Amino acid sequence: MHLTYREWWAVVHGMGLGALFLLAFAGGLAGLYSLRPGLLSERGVVERTRRLQIGTWVMAIAAWATVITGTWVVYPWYRSTAADSPKSLLLANPSTADWHEFGMEWKEHIAWIAPLLATAVAFTVTYYGTSLIKHQGVRRALMAFFTASFLIAGVAGALGAFISKAAPVH
Amino acid sequence: MEESSSMQQVSTPGAGVDKPFGPVAAVFLAAGIGALVLGILTTLAEASEGIKSWLEWSTSVGPLAGKTIIAVIAFIVAWVVLGIGLQRRNPKPSTIFTWTAVLVAVGLVLTFPTFFQAFAPEE
Repeated sequence: MHLTYREWWAVVHGMGLGALFLLAFAGGLAGLYSLRPGLLSERGVVERTRRLQIGTWVMAIAAWATVITGTWVVYPWYRSTAADSPKSLLLANPSTADWHEFGMEWKEHIAWIAPLLATAVAFTVTYYGTSLIKHQGVRRALMAFFTASFLIAGVAGALGAFISKAAPVH
Repeated sequence: MEESSSMQQVSTPGAGVDKPFGPVAAVFLAAGIGALVLGILTTLAEASEGIKSWLEWSTSVGPLAGKTIIAVIAFIVAWVVLGIGLQRRNPKPSTIFTWTAVLVAVGLVLTFPTFFQAFAPEE
């Protein structure tokens, strides 16, 4: 039941922030989906908008925190030149080299696109506030970009989980 | 009765203030630009050892440090500049969202290993 300092950071990066991201996405998407005239009373629109603003900003902040901790805290341990670093171990074996050559190379880059899109969505939800319900085309586009942000982060997260399984940071 | 009167008002939440789309266009285009810059730097770093080592702003993080910092700066600068330029404008949302999707898609292609590794110098 003991986790090292580095393993704690890997947990914060992958599971803590990842879970927060997932929760915020689910809430945000449900909020955006139901923000339609006829489904909500005026009071409901006000309440839903407030929840939507919180949800989208939590997702954006979680996305930024995930990529920052991933790149600046966990990644240096992963790519250390030491013979027992995860990168060295993966590359030493041809059957696992692709986890680095493809998996990590993809993950470390695309993950950074997720917070850009999540921030754009959160800003728009805040900018329009309760009048977002009048802009149904924008609302649908927000759902698409919000989902794209989630899927991009999902690819990065899934690759991170597989890489950690093959060669965890200790 | 109260519920139906409440529902009557649904059609006008936030009524009276029709905000311009410009600021939204600015943040979405900026996100697309950030993704594109990240993609371009990723491919350039693979193609040129000189660029790769120039982007190594942190020894422990490697070239990813320069790539991501420049991409985030591009996002912020584009957001500010476009935000000022489009502040009171009303560009067509479908055009802006299409351009954003195109920029992000190109960024995704440029950050896909099979694509950018094709530009690596032969060993």
